[in-house]
Amino acid sequence: MNFILPHLPVLQVAIPLIAAPVCVLFTFGGHRKLAWLFTLAISWVCFLIAVALLSRVLLDTDISYAIGNWPPPFGIEYRVDPINAFVLLIISGISAIALPFARLSVEKEIETDRHILFYTSYLLCLTGLLGVTITGDAFNIFVFLEISSLSTYVLIATGVRQNRRALTAAYNYLILGTIGATFFVIGIGLLYMVTGTLNIGDLAERLQPLSDNRVVHAAFAFIVIGMGLKLALFPMHVWLPNAYTYAPSLVTVFLAATSTKVSVYVLLRFLFTAFGPSYDFVTLTFEFVLLPLAIVAMFAGSLTAIFQTNAKRLFAYSSVAQLGYMMLGVSLSNIPGLMATILHIFNHALMKGALFMALGCVMYRLGTVSLGSMKGLSRSMPWTMGALILGGLSLIGVPGTVGFISKWHLILGTLEAGYWPIAILIVGSSLLAVIYIWKIVEVAYLEKGINREEIVKEAPISMLAPLWVLVILNFYFGIDADLTTWVARNVAETFLGAGA
Amino acid sequence: MIDALISHYNYWLIIILMMLGLYVVVSRGNLVKKIVGLNIFQTSVFLLYISLGKVTGGTAPILTGKPEAFSNPLPHVLILTAIVVGIATTSLGLALVVRIRESYGTIEEDDILIAERSEDASKINGGSG
Amino acid sequence: MRHHLILRVVSKMLIPFIMLFGLYVQFHGDFGPGGGFQAGVIFAAAFILYALVFGDDQARKVVPDKALILLVPLGLLIYALTGFAGILLGGKFLDYDVLSSDPTHGQHLGILVIELGVGITVAAVMISIFRAYAGRTKAIDKEDW
Repeated sequence: MNFILPHLPVLQVAIPLIAAPVCVLFTFGGHRKLAWLFTLAISWVCFLIAVALLSRVLLDTDISYAIGNWPPPFGIEYRVDPINAFVLLIISGISAIALPFARLSVEKEIETDRHILFYTSYLLCLTGLLGVTITGDAFNIFVFLEISSLSTYVLIATGVRQNRRALTAAYNYLILGTIGATFFVIGIGLLYMVTGTLNIGDLAERLQPLSDNRVVHAAFAFIVIGMGLKLALFPMHVWLPNAYTYAPSLVTVFLAATSTKVSVYVLLRFLFTAFGPSYDFVTLTFEFVLLPLAIVAMFAGSLTAIFQTNAKRLFAYSSVAQLGYMMLGVSLSNIPGLMATILHIFNHALMKGALFMALGCVMYRLGTVSLGSMKGLSRSMPWTMGALILGGLSLIGVPGTVGFISKWHLILGTLEAGYWPIAILIVGSSLLAVIYIWKIVEVAYLEKGINREEIVKEAPISMLAPLWVLVILNFYFGIDADLTTWVARNVAETFLGAGA
Repeated sequence: MIDALISHYNYWLIIILMMLGLYVVVSRGNLVKKIVGLNIFQTSVFLLYISLGKVTGGTAPILTGKPEAFSNPLPHVLILTAIVVGIATTSLGLALVVRIRESYGTIEEDDILIAERSEDASKINGGSG
Repeated sequence: MRHHLILRVVSKMLIPFIMLFGLYVQFHGDFGPGGGFQAGVIFAAAFILYALVFGDDQARKVVPDKALILLVPLGLLIYALTGFAGILLGGKFLDYDVLSSDPTHGQHLGILVIELGVGITVAAVMISIFRAYAGRTKAIDKEDW
């Protein structure tokens, strides 16, 4: 075991990477079930590695791993510190919980001869997201970002069996995602031009004397816009609702819980580690770009969500609003604000994971998630609908749920920054969340059931179990938030300490 | 002023190419043309990287024993990766276009939107969601 | 394509040289310009030319789809396993120094094996991409040429 321990950072990425080609080999003989089991096992291995990394980083020091033994800043460095260890844990944890749910859901929603390639794309997507998070090399971020994005486009397009619009959703995401990634890579190129380095730690040092350089300003703008597109910052969110709505349930669960969070992480990494809030152009961006956009996102997302008739699309718009909360925390750039962002990355993964998984159960039984078809469904699927409502409560931010914890810190952050009207706006947009959650309560609990051709049964236990694990986690970390707030405080202090 | 324009001519050309590509992506309704625009856009970034690796008087970085000035090979290597990513994006995009054409019978964005709208309308009238 | 005698004869003559050039670019990559990406594409070009001239069905007999499904992951596995070999021999992931007793020789061996993996995957992927499109449309009738 001691032999493996120093290599954990690279194994975190290399294991799913090597698993993907191995998974393709299951096509010889068509072992669909084996491919799923294999993906499940790999996910759990990744999760255990992430746990080991996080505990080591929190109890000990940051880990640096030189790929190919080329010392940083010359070679590619994998750098693990509390923030990315935390994000790694979220990605691999959601994947580990979602995959037991996956088998039946994938069987129902995806053509049989595509299953093995579907799991291969899934593994590649996992590799990409983990890689983006762990690497300390700016160009390497782009490469892993594209690995995850390309496999995401494929995964979304596999929703075509349910609705052909999955194709146009994937196409639009491909165009916008590629523009975003290319903007990002232009930014990296400009930074390389002035500093001659790609290592983020080294970049931070070399940028110190260059704060008035126009090339640096341009690079900053390109990186913010590129990542803004990837994380669906309002008004660059147009790809997100369709992509989430028409993707297969498993993909929606995984993407909603992880992929935009990874982009938020990359943006945080550049804003706070590479540039830092001590530069004027960074603080100006916070105040005049990110803050207004975040507030508009909170309201536009929630308001649009209220008028949706498809439950998946409803929660997709709600994700736009939730990303607004995360960006609001960033733009406050004080300790409670940043803590709120980091907490919300984790908490939002839990609640959206639970909500989309519940919708996956509905999809499994009904074959549709439109609100009209869910009338009176609480009688035939009480456990699924119960989970949906509890997840919804967490989304609103009812005390005792994780949603409350992140909103609490966000409001503290706004008060500390002296923006008390924004605190009121946060409460106001939470009330909008009450409206769209109530729409679901009304449909599922209060309306009379419609006559269905066949009797709808409760979802199978293999789908309900992971769903309820997530729901319980929503409440567990809502009541006992010591661990998450400790990590978040740790991270927020490093970010702001390093920048000052 | 003129000197600055001429001595940085590569950047001007790259900017023109970049804007052309982005304009094609935004303005064309044809899905294949959008991908062509995307390719032009990406190519301009490849050129940006490659031109910033150039050292005046430098040769290809192959050791010949004689002391020489070498161009910076690192941007070239980075762009090799980016080109591969570009190929993957293009082929995936075109594959999606093929599938879209098979199921919608068109690759014009406007026609696809019309088809999707009428689908929505018939769903609402039909009553079943 | 039966009528196009010149095309058929010329491409039959060209294909071996294209492959040879691909191999040259592949294995001369550590002394001059070249490497797995370029070589893979050149090598795949030979097969694509063959498919264009002699038809997709004929090309599928030369390289069956099953072989492609095997070759694409194979290249990646060669790459990744070289990385793991570095760990097992006491170095870091993708550390070529430890692959041989002499670090310089190790670097040489490492990049050769890695580029071989890249070359295999790139060639197989290029042929697969070509096939994915070529198989979707009907072959053009002889009368329409």
